[in-house]
Amino acid sequence: MMDTFDLLAILIKVVAVFAIILVLIIASIIAERRVAGFMQYRLGPNRVGPLGFFQPFADALKFLLKEDIIPDQVNRPLYLLAPVITMIPAFMTFAVIPFGAPLEIAGRTVALQVADLNIGVLYILALTSVGVYGLVLAGWSSGSKYPLLGGLRSSAQLISYELAMGLAIIGIIMISGGLTLTEIVAHQQATSWNFWKQPLAALIFLVAMYAETNRLPFDLTEAEQELVGGYHTEYSSFKFMMFFMSEYSNMITASAFMVCLFFGGWDIPFVDEAALGNLGVILSVLAFFAKVVGFLFLYILVRWTLPRFRYDQLMRLGWKVLLPLGLLNVFVVGLWMAVTA
Amino acid sequence: MTSILFYIFAVFVLGAGLFVVLNRNPIYSVVGLVFAFMNLAAMYFLLEAYFIGILQVLIYAGAIMVLFLFVVMLLNVQPDKPRPGLVHLDRWWYALMALVFVGVFLVLVGEGTRMLLTSPAGEAIQTGNVASVGEALFTQYLLPFEIASLLLTVALVGTVFLAKRKV
Repeated sequence: MMDTFDLLAILIKVVAVFAIILVLIIASIIAERRVAGFMQYRLGPNRVGPLGFFQPFADALKFLLKEDIIPDQVNRPLYLLAPVITMIPAFMTFAVIPFGAPLEIAGRTVALQVADLNIGVLYILALTSVGVYGLVLAGWSSGSKYPLLGGLRSSAQLISYELAMGLAIIGIIMISGGLTLTEIVAHQQATSWNFWKQPLAALIFLVAMYAETNRLPFDLTEAEQELVGGYHTEYSSFKFMMFFMSEYSNMITASAFMVCLFFGGWDIPFVDEAALGNLGVILSVLAFFAKVVGFLFLYILVRWTLPRFRYDQLMRLGWKVLLPLGLLNVFVVGLWMAVTA
Repeated sequence: MTSILFYIFAVFVLGAGLFVVLNRNPIYSVVGLVFAFMNLAAMYFLLEAYFIGILQVLIYAGAIMVLFLFVVMLLNVQPDKPRPGLVHLDRWWYALMALVFVGVFLVLVGEGTRMLLTSPAGEAIQTGNVASVGEALFTQYLLPFEIASLLLTVALVGTVFLAKRKV
């Protein structure tokens, strides 16, 4: 049963994970803008603090102090609810992700993970699918054309790519024999990273991940040139910031999910973390977040490199390319397991 | 603790259900139904049937209700205007429906209680995790499972055929 130690450990983990996500959000916002400046041969924000590092804080302050405009034509209850519905799942998803090797404190083992649900993978998928409501309701309740189009696009896009994502994950679950991310990471440690075994699944997952987080080349829900700002056109001030933070939080969780599924989680190649004791734990946490940051950087690079897909191209890619490839992957994995078993 | 939580979720489910039925704005009804499904999932979690609970969120709250919302939004269904008085025939019809509902409800409650009282206590804990559900689906219930998936495929093909006939 739970005692004070466990309770305290859980509380500390919850606060720590929340803090880590916030720090990563801030870091990726400034990184995005600086990298964009670098890639487009311009300076980017460099006025606030050393090299512009405090720019996100200035932005946050600005969001808080600006007037919160609620247009007349909105459906008030849902308009106010939508940012909250988007933000809560975005921050909850990280709970099942193991971000380090188990820590030993005073003879007790603390798993570096907020909740080890026995259905961890499904938990992430379920929460992602709930997050759609925020975007759809934001689009509808704003009571104007652009947000509505953005909301409709997002619901179709997210449902379509959830399928491809799920199929990519099924292959991993088949070889790992478990639905918890802890088991999947442990399986990769015992053998090798899933990326080497199922590169096709990793590719499908990567593409679906960009679509699920509404990032370029699949950011059709926002598509500035066509839809002004998409679902959040009518939002301002703090409510806009909630959408903004949810987007980055989703990117972080998606990257962490990718790392856990295909890149060994907190595993460091050729190093036995268990032999190093708690030093190994610290190294494993660092390794995990280094990988996550790597994927966040890839997000930024892709955003400023690839042009946006057209909507029919997006749907064609999802249903006619990724879905059959995902089924093929599951089939091949099944065949391989049947042959080797 | 568990029973207190159960009553909280039960009140939420019933409240959300009433909200769905009594509301005149279809979009609010959809949102209320999603909330009801969430609380239903929470009740499954209380029963330690995590898999069933998460499927409730993933399939009903996450996928099916998004489509509901999608359709309601696309058709732009206007809130139903309150009607001045019910037509005489309508009132009898409502009463009949209410009677049927109460009858079905009582039968379900009675049957559920009977099954609860007669089934062995140890078995209940095992149901609801992925392995046991999967095993039951692919051994004991394989035929109904395959028939259901065939039915869904037929429905899917039929829908595409009907919708795309003019193209």
